[in-house]
Amino acid sequence: MTTDREQDFHVPENTMVYARGVRKSFGKVEVLKGVDLKVPTGSVACIIGPSGSGKSTFLRCINHLEDISGGLLLVEDKFVGYDLVDGRLHVVRPAELCRRRADIGMVFQNFNLFGHMTALENLMEAPIQVRGQSRAEARERGMALLERVGLAHKADAWPRQLSGGQQQRVAIARALAMDPKLLLFDEPTSALDPELVGEVLAVMRDLAQSGITMIVVTHEIGFAREVGDQLIFMDGGVVEEAGDPREMLRDARSERTRAFLSHVL
Amino acid sequence: MNPSHSVSPHRLRVEDLTVVPPRHIGLWVATALVLALLAMLFWAVGTNAAFDWPAVGKYLFHRSILRGVLNTLLLTVTIMVFATIIGTVMAIMRLSPSRILRTFANAYIWFFRGAPALIQLIFWFNLAIIMPQITLSLPGIGTLFSARTNDVMTPFLTAVVALSLHEAGYMAEIIRAGITSVPAGQTEAASTLGMARGRILRRIVLPQAMRFIVPPTGNEAINLMKATSLVSVIAVDDLLYSAQTIYARTFETIPLLIVVAFWYLAMVTIMSIGQHFLELHFNRSDSGGGGGGFRAALRQAFSLSRGRRA
Ligand SMILES: Nc1ncnc2c1ncn2[C@@H]1O[C@H](COP(=O)(O)OP(=O)(O)OP(=O)(O)O)[C@@H](O)[C@H]1O
Ligand SMILES: [Mg+2]
Repeated sequence: MTTDREQDFHVPENTMVYARGVRKSFGKVEVLKGVDLKVPTGSVACIIGPSGSGKSTFLRCINHLEDISGGLLLVEDKFVGYDLVDGRLHVVRPAELCRRRADIGMVFQNFNLFGHMTALENLMEAPIQVRGQSRAEARERGMALLERVGLAHKADAWPRQLSGGQQQRVAIARALAMDPKLLLFDEPTSALDPELVGEVLAVMRDLAQSGITMIVVTHEIGFAREVGDQLIFMDGGVVEEAGDPREMLRDARSERTRAFLSHVL
Repeated sequence: MNPSHSVSPHRLRVEDLTVVPPRHIGLWVATALVLALLAMLFWAVGTNAAFDWPAVGKYLFHRSILRGVLNTLLLTVTIMVFATIIGTVMAIMRLSPSRILRTFANAYIWFFRGAPALIQLIFWFNLAIIMPQITLSLPGIGTLFSARTNDVMTPFLTAVVALSLHEAGYMAEIIRAGITSVPAGQTEAASTLGMARGRILRRIVLPQAMRFIVPPTGNEAINLMKATSLVSVIAVDDLLYSAQTIYARTFETIPLLIVVAFWYLAMVTIMSIGQHFLELHFNRSDSGGGGGGFRAALRQAFSLSRGRRA
């Protein structure tokens, strides 16, 4: 009897996210057509690409909000939604999936703050419900995180009373409250008025420095150039080109990458 | 002729311009008519001996009337509780990925909401005809429980079963609409934080669905309370049945119906006030000020409603 382990896929050391030939179809439409990608632990990867190229879909596959139709997608050498036993993938039990997801934070384009909870309550909910923290503990930690994103004075505000930029900063703090090892951002500044983009990017810049692994789908080329360790250009459901942001922005290898960059720069 | 045209422009000063309110003669006439009608109505009701106001006073707090009030309340609350539980289950089944569960829930709602309440009530009252004996037995263990249907299904229990199943059909639709009104992003955000399905429903979705569930549920509860008067046909001594029992003897029909109407109106009024406070509670994330729970909502109630009207 053979016991296949994820290690047998020869994933390089210190890799947080490893994708090889990831496919995803919605019905007959194949949206991801074999995505290859490697995000080292502690690095910041920025994903750019035209609308409909599958950026969001790929991001949602990482934390198993969508299941994949084929290929290998590992977070810290493990499948998120499956267990590999004897060369076969078994769908994990819901409780185990929750436990694994708790370590992967996600920040959405339209914030998705819990509308019936104050900013502080938004931060306290999952640590209490999922991690079993005491209210006092969760409150203290929540206040510290609100302080970190510059919103301690808004602790008791309802989401509706906050500006877009403030809501997004609370949403980032909410993800951080679970102490994730990996943070996924899906166009975190796209829904914001231009003058509010800066405050959110400032928080993300600060996070990048703290050493947490981040994957950021974004149109903010400046941010990618400044804080990105890796720039990934997706087109038509595959990674067209990946590399050092500064090099790629100066001199992309692929014709399609150059064409796209000439539009957004 | 328009007077402003006859005034030469240079003699008009901006500070002297005043607005003359328009006269609503029609409004005055209508108001006078309504007042006159009301006066005639009060005169007729006050002087017509058939209304027998002393008798109304005599029966308003009569023992069996009060017991009827209590039974009507008990019936309404019990049915509402069961209807909400069954309705929630049906709503969740309707939203389930399983085709069979969805179809079952749809069929349930179609049948129990569609068939008239009175017919369902009489059907359950006659259950013994179909099933003279209620028996619960498990293979291998034997009979756990067996009794004559007519002993188990008292009129009160019959009323609770029949009207709960009926009302659950309405509640299922209300709750489903409430749940689907909560954006999918809320569930998604909660899943990425590691929350499990059941917990997301309880902690994230249902509390936000409540603002859409409470107003129609309040209406349902009020409708149901009035509909419980149907149970008088199967001799449950609710408010109406208690009054009927008395006037069958004394022939004081009109005064007793006034007593009944008075108590229904009183209960409906109290329920409407309760509904108002529930709505304030579940809408509190819309109002100004921080979160303060139910008591803060109570405290704010009056100042808020005044503020909105202004
Ligand atoms: N749940 C779904 N069902 C069917 N098709 C979907 C679903 N989600 C995404 N798609 C399709 O998959 C394709 C890729 O979508 P995706 O959202 O990943 O693109 P994107 O790169 O994030 O684009 P954008 O920049 O506009 O956000 C699109 O054509 C979209 O219509
Ligand atoms: Mg997208």
